[in-house]
Amino acid sequence: MNDASTYGLMAEFDSAQELVAAAHKTHSAGYQKIDAYSPFPIEGLADAIGFHKNSVAFLVLIGGIIGGLSGYALQYWVSTIAYPVNIGGRPYHSWPSFIIVTFEMTILFAGLAAAFGMLALNGLPQPYHPVFNVAAFAKASDNKFFLVVFSTDPKYDGARTREFLKGLAPRAVSEVPS
Amino acid sequence: MEEQKTKQGGPDVCPGKRDQLDLAAVKAELDQTTGPEYWRSLEELAGSDEFQEMLHREFPKGASEWLDSFSRRGFLKTMGASLALAGMTGCTKMPMAEIVPYVKQPENVIPGRPQYYATAFTLNGYASPILVESHLFRPTKIEGNPQHPASLGGTDVYAQASLLDLYDPDRAQNITYMGDVRSWNAFMEAVRGPMGVQKGIAGAGVRILTQTVSSPTLASQIRSYLDTNPQAKWHVYEPISRDNVNEGAKMAFGEVVETRYDLSKADVIVSLDADFLYAGFPGSTRYIRDFASRRNPDGNMNRLYVIESTPSSTGMKADHRWPMRASEIGAAAYALSDLVVLQTGATGIHEPPPEALKFLRDVSADLAKHAGSSVVIAGDHQPPAVHVLAHAMNRALGNVGRTVFYIDPVDANPANRNESLHQLVEDMRGGKVDLLLILGGNPGYDAPAELEFASALKSNAVNLKVCLSTHRNETAELCQWHVPEAHYLEAWGDARAYDGTASIVQPLIEPLYGGKSAHEIITILAGQPGLTGHDLVQQYWQKQHTGTDFDTFWRKSLHDGWIAGTTYAPKNVTTKVASAAPSPQASGIELNFRRDPSIYDGRFANNAWLQELPKPLTKLTWDNPVMIGPAMAERLKLTFKDVVELEFEGKKVKGPIWIQAGHPDNSVTVFLGYGRTRAGRAGTGAGHDVYPLRTSKNPWFASGVKLTPTGATYNLASTQGYQTMETPVGERPLVQERDLEEYKKEPNFAKEGEVPKELTLYPNVDYSKETYSWGMAIDLNSCVGCNNCIIACQSENNIAVVGQEQTLKGRHMHWIRVDAYYNGPRDNPKGFFQPVPCMQCENAPCELVCPVGATTHSSEGLNDMVYNRCIGTRYCSNNCPYKVRRFNFLLFQDWETPQYKLMRNPDVSIRSRGVMEKCTYCVQRINESRIDAERGDTTIKDGDLQTACQQSCPANAIVFGNLNDPNSQVNKWKAQARNYSLLGELNTRPRTTYLAEVRNPNPELKA
Amino acid sequence: MATNTQIPVADRRAPVIEPGHSFSTIGEKISNIVLKRPISLGWVFGFFVVFSLMNVLLLALGYLFLKGTGIWGITIPIGWGFAIINFVWWIGIGHAGTLISAILCLLRQSWRNSINRFAEAMTLFAVACAGIFPLAHTGRPWLAYWMFPYPNTMGYWPQFRSPLIWDVFAVSTYFTISLVFWFVGLIPDLATLRDRAEHPLTRGIYGILAMGWRGSARHWHRYETAYLLLAGLATPLVLSVHTVVSFDFAVSIVPGWHTTIFPPYFVAGAIYSGFAMVLCLAIPIRAIYGLEDFITMRHLENSGKVMLATGLIVGYGYGIEAFMGWYSGNTFDAFLLWNRLHGPYSAWYLGLIASNIVIPQLLWMKKFRTSTFWLWMISLVVLAGMWLERFIIIVVSLHRDFLNSSWGMYYPTKWDFMTFFGTIGMFLTAMWLFVRILPMVSISELRTLLPEAHVHEAAEVEK
Repeated sequence: MNDASTYGLMAEFDSAQELVAAAHKTHSAGYQKIDAYSPFPIEGLADAIGFHKNSVAFLVLIGGIIGGLSGYALQYWVSTIAYPVNIGGRPYHSWPSFIIVTFEMTILFAGLAAAFGMLALNGLPQPYHPVFNVAAFAKASDNKFFLVVFSTDPKYDGARTREFLKGLAPRAVSEVPS
Repeated sequence: MEEQKTKQGGPDVCPGKRDQLDLAAVKAELDQTTGPEYWRSLEELAGSDEFQEMLHREFPKGASEWLDSFSRRGFLKTMGASLALAGMTGCTKMPMAEIVPYVKQPENVIPGRPQYYATAFTLNGYASPILVESHLFRPTKIEGNPQHPASLGGTDVYAQASLLDLYDPDRAQNITYMGDVRSWNAFMEAVRGPMGVQKGIAGAGVRILTQTVSSPTLASQIRSYLDTNPQAKWHVYEPISRDNVNEGAKMAFGEVVETRYDLSKADVIVSLDADFLYAGFPGSTRYIRDFASRRNPDGNMNRLYVIESTPSSTGMKADHRWPMRASEIGAAAYALSDLVVLQTGATGIHEPPPEALKFLRDVSADLAKHAGSSVVIAGDHQPPAVHVLAHAMNRALGNVGRTVFYIDPVDANPANRNESLHQLVEDMRGGKVDLLLILGGNPGYDAPAELEFASALKSNAVNLKVCLSTHRNETAELCQWHVPEAHYLEAWGDARAYDGTASIVQPLIEPLYGGKSAHEIITILAGQPGLTGHDLVQQYWQKQHTGTDFDTFWRKSLHDGWIAGTTYAPKNVTTKVASAAPSPQASGIELNFRRDPSIYDGRFANNAWLQELPKPLTKLTWDNPVMIGPAMAERLKLTFKDVVELEFEGKKVKGPIWIQAGHPDNSVTVFLGYGRTRAGRAGTGAGHDVYPLRTSKNPWFASGVKLTPTGATYNLASTQGYQTMETPVGERPLVQERDLEEYKKEPNFAKEGEVPKELTLYPNVDYSKETYSWGMAIDLNSCVGCNNCIIACQSENNIAVVGQEQTLKGRHMHWIRVDAYYNGPRDNPKGFFQPVPCMQCENAPCELVCPVGATTHSSEGLNDMVYNRCIGTRYCSNNCPYKVRRFNFLLFQDWETPQYKLMRNPDVSIRSRGVMEKCTYCVQRINESRIDAERGDTTIKDGDLQTACQQSCPANAIVFGNLNDPNSQVNKWKAQARNYSLLGELNTRPRTTYLAEVRNPNPELKA
Repeated sequence: MATNTQIPVADRRAPVIEPGHSFSTIGEKISNIVLKRPISLGWVFGFFVVFSLMNVLLLALGYLFLKGTGIWGITIPIGWGFAIINFVWWIGIGHAGTLISAILCLLRQSWRNSINRFAEAMTLFAVACAGIFPLAHTGRPWLAYWMFPYPNTMGYWPQFRSPLIWDVFAVSTYFTISLVFWFVGLIPDLATLRDRAEHPLTRGIYGILAMGWRGSARHWHRYETAYLLLAGLATPLVLSVHTVVSFDFAVSIVPGWHTTIFPPYFVAGAIYSGFAMVLCLAIPIRAIYGLEDFITMRHLENSGKVMLATGLIVGYGYGIEAFMGWYSGNTFDAFLLWNRLHGPYSAWYLGLIASNIVIPQLLWMKKFRTSTFWLWMISLVVLAGMWLERFIIIVVSLHRDFLNSSWGMYYPTKWDFMTFFGTIGMFLTAMWLFVRILPMVSISELRTLLPEAHVHEAAEVEK
């Protein structure tokens, strides 16, 4: 069964098409814990490895709501409770004047939620990752495409999985040491 | 150093401190200078470049002022001067001689509670009765004496600004001989010898030159000296003389009399080139009050005709103004007096133009209609003949005894100024003068050109020349001995007001620079040294005092500010001459000399408040223009900024053109007092000197001046960009004005465009629950543009002076300004004055846009400015439609000079660089009276509380008070039909509103 | 090859990428500018020039903080001068970057992929320059932080009715979001640089910045969602920012400021000047660094079209202002119109009309749209014109407002000019460094434009 010394097996492909196809096959072959790597986003690749929806949008929604509410609350509290002063005969609660700051705060919080939410969910920053141990992986940011089956996958078996990957006609299959 | 010690000696000022500071100064000088081994005076030392550099390096603080050359120079000098005073600040102790506080005994002084002392300021011999506010014995503010008939609470700009002169760091700070510092004793020694010699020859070589003297004490001192030394002579000189008036009186009555008017009873006033509504005209303060009291359109409104040459604020207030060259006014006066007095139809040698004649007929008809309740006033610069004619008219109209009174002259020595000086110069050149005492004045600068007084003084014809003056001025430079003159707030004296009422001039502070008064100098002549000014004045009045208990009388006189029963009673005069031929009509371009509205004859040249005070019509500061009329400018293709050269009788003067609407054609006006060479940091070099053109033959106007453009240009610093309410797309109703009939028909004319309170998106803030809600109303009908409010505000609120360069940029700091507008034909426009303080809008646009809430609204309706919170975005000023906010673009306040620290009002914070400031309705006064009221467990009564501008206004044009008090004066005013808010259509709801102007033209003339 | 790409509108028009490029050539060409290309003498000399110009700014600001705003030409009644003019000008320029990266992204304008990177950089640097002025123009800059709401012992708080506070929030939000957006876009390219870098130090630095990006499919999935959402957020933001800036004027009561047309026409004007700046930068850069393959004539021409369109909107704005001056019957507005045309600054106003309305009409002609020289010249003219517009709005409105007595004139001082040109120096300095240390064209986004990047039919085949 699984041996702890390997992180997984990595297959290298030349084109996006091949990678997507291979990912499909691997996933439909029952492998769950797999991942694909490409120098640019490829439509359908995530689906191919069975990753369909992410929760970034939800985070952004929450961020926006918090930002907006806190923005308005701050202004209301300041202008009517903490420091109510007669400004040019205007009412303390001059709501039309408060809309802009509310809006800006909404955008600010939502935007930060989007960026940092994405990084957090992706587990970045992550200085070390086993896949980098494979020399060829340097091309993952250039013009090569990779498919990895993790050793943590229940169906994973060193020899058999290697055979299976070979069957996908990759340019090469290499072991990813952990 | 010995010398230093003796110089500083004098038990009255802390000697220790002075010594030590001299050491500091000398050490500093030795460190720095490569110059002379020993130094002469602190000023000179401070003046030396090395010393300036040293200061520069040592006090980079002041660097922030260096953008303005004025303050650059100023700062460096001030540092020098401040060394001299480093020890002084602690020395302003109560004067030894007892003086009587106005409200409280001095012994129960409460720090923070000012005391008021009554005293008097003297200009050209005429005393302005004043009250001086004193914080812990430091005079901080000058106001009118409400109980004195000549003031009734009002003052004039000169009296108020004289406070700054007291603290002027440029004042002479020690007695000098040929520029070397000497002691008072050394001076007395030096004079005693020659005096002894003179005693032998009955004072044949002694000449005393004074300014106009109305001080009974000083006059009697001099007289008694002259009695014992019959050969000695007393000469009097004033550049702004009243010779014409006196000569006119002599011609008419055979004796010199003072003419006093009662304008409160005058229905028709005719001014023959008399600017009687501006400071400098004797009694102007009272005249403004009486004049304004008759400008209420709902009451019995008076009518003012002004026939004048150079436009004046009086002319701008006229219901009918007739511009004429000064030399033509004589003819007009002649024609008018003929119409009024003899009705022969004769018009004299010079027939005035027909339309003028029609005008004069209507005027005379109006005068005749109001016989006994009219006044004809001749101007000081009109020749004696015109005064004779005026006297004749007043007599014929039966005004004498009703609106016109003749009294003994206030002037103790009403000799002809020019003749007097002539004789002196002759004697000097003739070597008849051994000892010349110049007590005050500055003849070295302002004497008639042809006398060449300066050169006569410089020459060695006179053995011993002694000059007493506050500054080491042009004259002092030419005398061996110079004695610093004590400011009137530093020394005892007395003087007479325009109606003869005598006031004791009591000091409020020990002489800051060990100055001496003329009284004390005379004591040396009289060989009675050691007598103090206090002794002299008291002795004199003891002599005058009949009845018992002199002490009570003395205290009362000091307390009240005048001596009861000294007012001159009207006297009967017998008319010798009823008519006089007018002066021959002049041809060619006419040259007019006028005293400067701000710095008078030049004596106030170093008074930065007055230098920066916008002149009533031109709004010019720091400069004197060459004023011509629009028609003439067009003909000669001259525009603003052009520098022209005036040539008159061989003398040449260059000056920048100012085109003044309403100025008569073919005539030029120049203003005296500028171009000083030894005035001090503020006055030296400002403007151009026109005295070289002025001869004793024609002191006021002359013909045949040549005017040639130089091609050069010069920027005049005017504080008002644009002086008409007309714009290319129509007129703006900023000053609302109607004629009397129209007003009677439609009293509410001014209210159009105002927004009804309902018309707003916002809920109205309710101020009625508060005890107070402050408001102000300004009556444009009463305002005569006298500028008093500006100086009062400046003094009360510690407002900085910014200098010419900054004023040119438009960065002047006045919290209240008086806008002057012209309307109608450029050659004879209507004039308008509009004082504009902060409007304290209820819907203040400035508050809305401040990001940090540095300007907010108080529960009493004040638009508060929080200096400490201000970060200086200037957004509030941009959004202020009235542009009353002022910004400290640089460090405008002088934080260094110790004298100014003494002078400032401790109740008002000093603003620093980078903050906005503006009128506060004198919130410090509001709070002071609030505290008083609350301690008395009551509320502020209407009239208890006055803002500085309101207090100083001689015309009572400003009313301030509590809008929540239904009976308050301000509510009564705001209830009037004429009441309107400026730019009311903006719905800013200003708390300051205006009463529209109503004129009372003669229906015949309108038709 | 270009003809059979899947990108719409490839035909007959200049392509977005010149033919003959593959994933690696793109990566190579762009990253080499950063990694391989030697530092040329020209670059050094240019840097020296712009850096010295930036030091002029430091000098001017130093003197300003020492002496006070009095060293500038501002006065009463013209309380705002160069500082606010430059602020609005720079902020406006910034807008093009966000517009290109966000709005065009939402509109699926794939051609923007090759210019958005340095357009965004331009945004950041422009906003940074703009940010200097609100601080510097205050009388007491060391207290400017009082504009932020923070609990303090004074118990004082900002006044939220003031447009300046709105500015603080709008501009700081704008800068933050732009920065985040830009950096998120950079991450994959930083990974590329990391993997291509030879020198260990370089690799280390880019490695840290890339935060261990490895192009995982899951990461790409979240990444694209985040990027799209950021674009969606940045779009209303960029529109709001110049709206808020226009409120500084529209909310006041000053004639010439108090106008409802301001928000839309400020935004249009911002984009107008922004694209002008994009062209000013793009045209020389593509020439110098041989990027004609990626920044093609198509991009330049499109930018030209955008300028033309926004320019016309701005022109409409002027028209409405003038019309309202007459139609409203308000004497103050009427006078404002007169004063612009005949007042002391009329020459400036005519210059504005010429450079913002008249000259850009040349862009109707393809000849000018497709000539780099003419495009460049016109962009310069428009940049000057938009600066003039702010001058007219701020100075000419303020110098003659309600009370004739308080009218004044505005004369900028040398310090005003030094501060303005100094910020240009700062902007260019930042640009100079940017092109040498970061990929000025988005590698990963450019790759997606290649035909091989599209796998639909391939995927179908597999199914």
